[in-house]
Amino acid sequence: MSYHFQVAKESASQTAGPYVHIGLAPNQAGFDIFEKNFSNVLVGPNTAGERIAIEGRVIDGSGTPVRDVLIEIWQANAAGRYNHPADKQDKQLDADFRGWGRGTSNFETGVYRFETIKPGAVEGRNGRMMAPHINFWIVARGINIGLNTRMYFDDEVDANAQDPVLNMIEWEVRRKTLIAERIQRDGKTVYRFDIRLQGEDETVFFDI
Amino acid sequence: MTDRVSEYLQRDTSAHPPAYAPTYKTSVLRSPRNALISLQNSLSEITGPAFSAEELGPLDHDLIMNYAKDGLPIGERIIVHGFVRDEFGRPVRNALVEVWQANAGGRYRHRNDKYLAPVDPNFGGCGRMLTDDNGYYFFRTIKPGPYPWRNRVNDWRPAHIHFSLSGDAWAQRLITQMYFEGDPLIATCPIVRTIPNEEAVRGLIASLDRGGAVQLDSLAYRWDITLRGARATLFENRIQGAK
Repeated sequence: MSYHFQVAKESASQTAGPYVHIGLAPNQAGFDIFEKNFSNVLVGPNTAGERIAIEGRVIDGSGTPVRDVLIEIWQANAAGRYNHPADKQDKQLDADFRGWGRGTSNFETGVYRFETIKPGAVEGRNGRMMAPHINFWIVARGINIGLNTRMYFDDEVDANAQDPVLNMIEWEVRRKTLIAERIQRDGKTVYRFDIRLQGEDETVFFDI
Repeated sequence: MTDRVSEYLQRDTSAHPPAYAPTYKTSVLRSPRNALISLQNSLSEITGPAFSAEELGPLDHDLIMNYAKDGLPIGERIIVHGFVRDEFGRPVRNALVEVWQANAGGRYRHRNDKYLAPVDPNFGGCGRMLTDDNGYYFFRTIKPGPYPWRNRVNDWRPAHIHFSLSGDAWAQRLITQMYFEGDPLIATCPIVRTIPNEEAVRGLIASLDRGGAVQLDSLAYRWDITLRGARATLFENRIQGAK
């Protein structure tokens, strides 16, 4: 047992600004500098699980797509385990799946995209199972502190109905803002997930 | 005990900018109107991605050299260094630190930056590194210049370097900006002023570090970063099966 007492406060957040791509996605900024770049593709050749794409836009309070947004996602593998030592669930790790990716919206269309796998269910607090979900973190010009949200799947109706986090949202009408829509396109499974920063159908954001 | 969960300290919102900060005009339409919904940490929040040294190149933390084509970039040569620790003072090891910045004249190498100050052909403006076992990081760069931006017509950003930090957990993910000691533009910047607390603003200002300077070569700035801290759960929340 270790004793610990708070000695400092977290450094204050600041906006990522309009040129966030220079540091976090230099190819998008318009130049090539690093040998290896982080990307929006989470799957490798040996990753287990159902291949899916996630697509959508981030929309501001006027209905306009945010074209300079940067999004990161963090998720469990197909068996429902995070690739992290704090996850001690008795489930298989996947050597070809980190569970993290970084994407940007297209400067013209505002559409972002990830290629990943559908995560398995993860145990929540007090042994209650959480429905399959993907954690989103959104930064951009005008966003002073990164916004956290979760994406759930519309074909997981029963699991979603039992999910402890969705059930904690007392306004039932707001829960649907976290549910992505499954569509098929060219034989591939795509989940559509738009994020509304402000106003009508505003996406639920979490203080984690 | 395999089911013991370390929880992160609640984020102190008084030390961070609010989402809606109307003097920073872009925040007006990009801030939620609803309150954030606070979650107790689960595995989704106390885990996060890990990065390895093999993913980084040998010059990734040297912004003076990592885009040099036919010579050195123009500007003040500086080293920026410090420690990444959590709120309990413990080093955050193997944290991914990513930085980006303008060149000496305040111009970014970005397709959307149209400021008339020229691009430096030998300066890219981004770098990245992993903290060591003491939470220490360092990189070498050119001190960025201030630049004008369209907020009010005569708003200028102080010289700053953007920092992104990915520590042990998703709950620690942070993007911020580092400013330079003594810069008079800090006091009037609408982005700095989104932070409601003067002590929190001071926490973003790097100190000139004469002891860290390399003689006849580079000055140094020291900047320490604090991420959220995790505490061990001393008691289990509930006996399995109990209501």
